[in-house]
Amino acid sequence: MAQSDPPGELLVILRHAPHGSSWLREGLDAALVAAAFGQSVTLLFQGEGVMALLEGQDSGALGQKGTSATLEMLGMYDIESLYVDAAALARFGLTRDDLLLAAEPLEAADTPAILAAHPQVLVF
Amino acid sequence: MRYALLVQGAPYSQQASHSALRFAMALPERGHRLDSVFFYHDGVYNAARLAAPPQDEPHLPDAWRELHERHGTELLVCIASALRRGLLDEREAARHGKEGHSVEPPFELTGLGQLIELGRRCDRLVTFPP
Repeated sequence: MAQSDPPGELLVILRHAPHGSSWLREGLDAALVAAAFGQSVTLLFQGEGVMALLEGQDSGALGQKGTSATLEMLGMYDIESLYVDAAALARFGLTRDDLLLAAEPLEAADTPAILAAHPQVLVF
Repeated sequence: MRYALLVQGAPYSQQASHSALRFAMALPERGHRLDSVFFYHDGVYNAARLAAPPQDEPHLPDAWRELHERHGTELLVCIASALRRGLLDEREAARHGKEGHSVEPPFELTGLGQLIELGRRCDRLVTFPP
């Protein structure tokens, strides 16, 4: 899927799990706004950010809105180029079947090429 | 080159704002233009009108204002991040029925679209995270 697509203009790297902080939500907001402005956006879930992709999430015990509803909307915004840090998946004992979206596992050795392919990178 | 900065760290709590300000001041000295600074996440506290740091510490909101006066740098504050954290300009304060306001020009409350636009318009967008 993603690897054959032409590289996007903006790469948004999400490195934080849901609920513990507002980073994930704020990073996704930036990605959605960029897509709404007509930019082609790629997402890379790295480190604890892979938790964002877990199936079966709720809104969180502390009254936060949660982000899984936003993730389910990515397709509507034409954000379809999704990568997930393969090492982080392994570290948290996850496989692609645990994820609510089809994201391409990305090996550490291939990360620099993804970074280099995008003229803009935002890290959250 | 045309630069823009993205500041995400809270002033005084973290190094981010202090480093961003120094970087901002160095740019014109090197012949670059700093178009805009975009404050996001806890970085929005840099726009606090009522900030009153001790006199022997840098006054960050004033320093940003000075940068605007000297170089015309836009000081853009993410409105969604700001409202949640109690940072409202006069218009937003009136809209939400609040008695005082905590943001004033040259800081401008604006949408995330401005950040995306900066990324497109400037040669470099440099992030200062906490």
